[in-house]
Amino acid sequence: MSVKEKQEKFKKEVTIRFSGDSGDGIQLTGSQFTSTIAISGFDLSTFPDFPSEIRAPAGTVSGVSGFQIHFGSKAIHTPGDSCDVLVVMNAAALKANLKSLKTGGIIIANSDGFHKRDLSLAQYPVDATPLQDAKDSGYTVIEIDVTRLTRESLKDTGLPNKDIDRSKNMFVLGVLYWLYSRPLEPTVSFIQKKFKKKPLIAEANVRALNDGYTFGIATELFSERYNVEAAPIEPGTYRNITGNDATSLGIAAVAKNSGVPVFLGSYPITPASEILQYLSGLKHYGVTTYQAEDEIAAIASAIGASYGGSLGVTTSSGPGIALKSEAITLAVMLELPLVIVNVQRAGPSTGLPTKTEQSDLLQALYGRAGETPLVVVSPASPAECFSITYEACRIAVEHMIPVMVLTDGYIANGSEPWKLPKKSELKPFRFRFAKADEQSDSQTPFLPYKRDDNLVRPWAIPGTKGLEHRIGGLEKQHETGHISYDPDNHQLMTELRKEKRDNIAKVIPGQEMDEGSDSGKLLVVGWGSTYGAIKSAVTDVREEGCDVSYLHIRHLSPFPANLGDMLRRFERILVPELNQGQLVKLLRDTYLVPAEGYNRIRGVPFTVAELREKITETYNRS
Amino acid sequence: MERLLHELFTDTKDFYQTTRTMSAKQSTKTAPTNGNLKGKDFASDQDVRWCPGCGDYTILKQVQTLMPKLGVPRENIVFVAGIGCSSRFPYYMNTYGLHGIHGRATAIATGLKASRPDLSVWVTTGDGDCLSIGGNHFIHLLRRNLDINILMFNNEIYGLTKGQYSPTSHVGHVTKTSPMGSLDSPFNPLTLALGANGSFVARAIDRDPKHLQEILERSAGHKGTSFLEIYQNCVVFNDGAFQPWTDKERKSNNSIYIYDEKPLVFGKEDEYGIRLDGHKPEIVDLRSNEWSVNDLWVHDEKDRNKAFILSRFFEDNWVEGAFPRPFGVLLAEERATYEDLLHRQIAAAKERLGEPGLEDLLSGEETWEVR
Ligand code: SF4
Repeated sequence: MSVKEKQEKFKKEVTIRFSGDSGDGIQLTGSQFTSTIAISGFDLSTFPDFPSEIRAPAGTVSGVSGFQIHFGSKAIHTPGDSCDVLVVMNAAALKANLKSLKTGGIIIANSDGFHKRDLSLAQYPVDATPLQDAKDSGYTVIEIDVTRLTRESLKDTGLPNKDIDRSKNMFVLGVLYWLYSRPLEPTVSFIQKKFKKKPLIAEANVRALNDGYTFGIATELFSERYNVEAAPIEPGTYRNITGNDATSLGIAAVAKNSGVPVFLGSYPITPASEILQYLSGLKHYGVTTYQAEDEIAAIASAIGASYGGSLGVTTSSGPGIALKSEAITLAVMLELPLVIVNVQRAGPSTGLPTKTEQSDLLQALYGRAGETPLVVVSPASPAECFSITYEACRIAVEHMIPVMVLTDGYIANGSEPWKLPKKSELKPFRFRFAKADEQSDSQTPFLPYKRDDNLVRPWAIPGTKGLEHRIGGLEKQHETGHISYDPDNHQLMTELRKEKRDNIAKVIPGQEMDEGSDSGKLLVVGWGSTYGAIKSAVTDVREEGCDVSYLHIRHLSPFPANLGDMLRRFERILVPELNQGQLVKLLRDTYLVPAEGYNRIRGVPFTVAELREKITETYNRS
Repeated sequence: MERLLHELFTDTKDFYQTTRTMSAKQSTKTAPTNGNLKGKDFASDQDVRWCPGCGDYTILKQVQTLMPKLGVPRENIVFVAGIGCSSRFPYYMNTYGLHGIHGRATAIATGLKASRPDLSVWVTTGDGDCLSIGGNHFIHLLRRNLDINILMFNNEIYGLTKGQYSPTSHVGHVTKTSPMGSLDSPFNPLTLALGANGSFVARAIDRDPKHLQEILERSAGHKGTSFLEIYQNCVVFNDGAFQPWTDKERKSNNSIYIYDEKPLVFGKEDEYGIRLDGHKPEIVDLRSNEWSVNDLWVHDEKDRNKAFILSRFFEDNWVEGAFPRPFGVLLAEERATYEDLLHRQIAAAKERLGEPGLEDLLSGEETWEVR
């Protein structure tokens, strides 16, 4: 074997996109690469791109599955607008992804996926030569016959070709590990664990991985290999986590730590199902899960559980939230704790279920019958889903109020390193169930709507002797909770429900500036999953000399108490959102500030480039 | 979790066997009684606001009378309701009560009972609330079989919204929204409940309070979802809907009162009977010499197939040769309750997987240190 010395280059950051047919094991390849990268101490951000159909025909563009990872030695906030390296297992993958490759970028192609039949399935013209065309357009194309090499490498395992071909992805992964100077051990131990009961398959995968790496060393195809320096990351124990997993763990942590049992009533819906799936396997952590017959039953069961002294939680996406809206109004009237997670997707109606959007903010705040104030919070990144969900549960319990958590498909499926919280950071909730002798002597009846200083009513659960009482969706008399049609009482109760919600502004953290000074010409305001893209764009334009500030709102209802003052110190406010302008409406309405929107609804996240351009343009506009 | 269930019960047959005996064992309620409470102690301080003469009053009275017999402390009893005249019921009971939203009482009760199996949970609902807007939750509760008592007041009309036809109104029923007669084929609630795999299915009528009390007691005693349809006269919008079955003398040619292990007889002097010719029921005249009581169908509450045949006795009584409408318990079958399975599954998971600390869970499969 002739080992040629190759030059090693250092890079600050790199974005790689793996793509292939759904059956090529792309998600596994991506997540393994991610683990290895993470363990090496890089900051990173990933985004899986699933085909929209579960079983699209093999080899077609609609069946292409992708996984993008952006890692580097500086703080990484997004999975990257475009990639430096594109791995394509077949022609369809190239067709679907070439647009996301940077000019002059590297294509690593499985040449076995570019036969006539593959080209025709990908709907290239009969005589097309897409790889040659790519070379001609200035891309570096490295063709590897992965199928042949993998078969060769595993020919004496005795496995049939069908099984051997399943290890193709490991061969490619081996090549990539060599190219980016990464160790094989983490993936080897993963394979051994995963295929513990099938040692032959495990051995085949490990061998394919090793041979891929050796191929990188030996081949003449690569003229250089790369290394990326580790990022300066805050010390601690880390793991990689997706938003939906972080939300699930937030809920599990509440069940384990807060002192309140958790009952999750949910109904499957894209892209929220993973939360129900994950928690269904965590019953031994104190989360009771229940898959209901529909969205309404899901939230209704959660309300029933809250009435009984659990924290009722329900998880869904926009269309499901619409179905739940009447039940949410009931929870507002009952003044029971309830957490509603909306993993937003591109709508309306069925819309683009696997794509992302931020268009349910106004639904969260106003999309219901009557005046039904509730609390709305939104995490900024996958890892933040954990702490924000924990916080949402705390507010719900301590303030006896429904809280909606707005995540979206982008952070739900995207992943990033997460610094594990210490147990002491997960404080038990301050709450207790009402007891008979607390409020009144045994002669006077129990007052289920008598409020404390925060206007919070007592949580009196069935089984408590002496507190038998009736509550419901009909308007209730102040304090007694009896049915009341009195006009003044309705006015009072409506105001009290709102005031109770507004009071929460006193206990949530004040708004902080994320980037830049406290006053100036331009403030960019974001919420939710756009954090990474906006943060990167603002950092970039600041480096270019534009004095732009950035703040990111996590508490959307009520807003942090100091938000208005912060906004008013700027001449211009730019609010980028993946909707037609929802937060911008709220800010203008609440604070009478001249905020303007930058709105995109294409089902995909902002690119850093487009934001950079918009921010610069707004900053420079006279 | 599937794995866990499988480990608990090696095969499906074993699974059902085990869960059957399990529910049988637990069906005796051993909760302490609530002192010497009387029916009236279960009346709340709220004025009852149904129309004078409404059948709901009898039902309320009978339920309050039943309560002290349950042997369940008052604070452990919860009435859950949706929307409609029947659904005001919880306000009148001096127990815990939750007046929810239209059609969803069964779903709310499910979450409550699943998380609090210690409570005695009752759902009061009507034909519109239960079978129309709430139809989905109703059938799913029946198949899951949580230990919840459903009392469905059937008045074949929407009362609270002032007189529109309901899913149990008969074809041709003239109401505010069917001035030319309803075109809808009505639901047969008992057949529906049996079809949804309900484990306890019964019928009673407001005008026969003694029998109603009997059947309420049976419903309460059933471990699993009990579905009791109560014919309830709405004096204002559908007066007399159940007249054919409200004979003072209780036994008429139109009704048949069924009892476990007893032959099916009816008529003023028990002069008629029902026999089965294969699976085909047939009315026989016991006064003729052809048939005697010994030839009759003997009711078996455990026989789901026969319960189904009984539930099909649903023709309008003016149809010639119509079968009498059955009152009583059609089916009482022991089957594992959802909450038992759920809490056994949780216990099994804890036993098998231990009760790991939060740290283990949060760390996941792979962590790394940054120093
Ligand atoms: S409308 Fe009919 S069902 Fe309702 S309270 Fe009046 S009589 Fe009873």
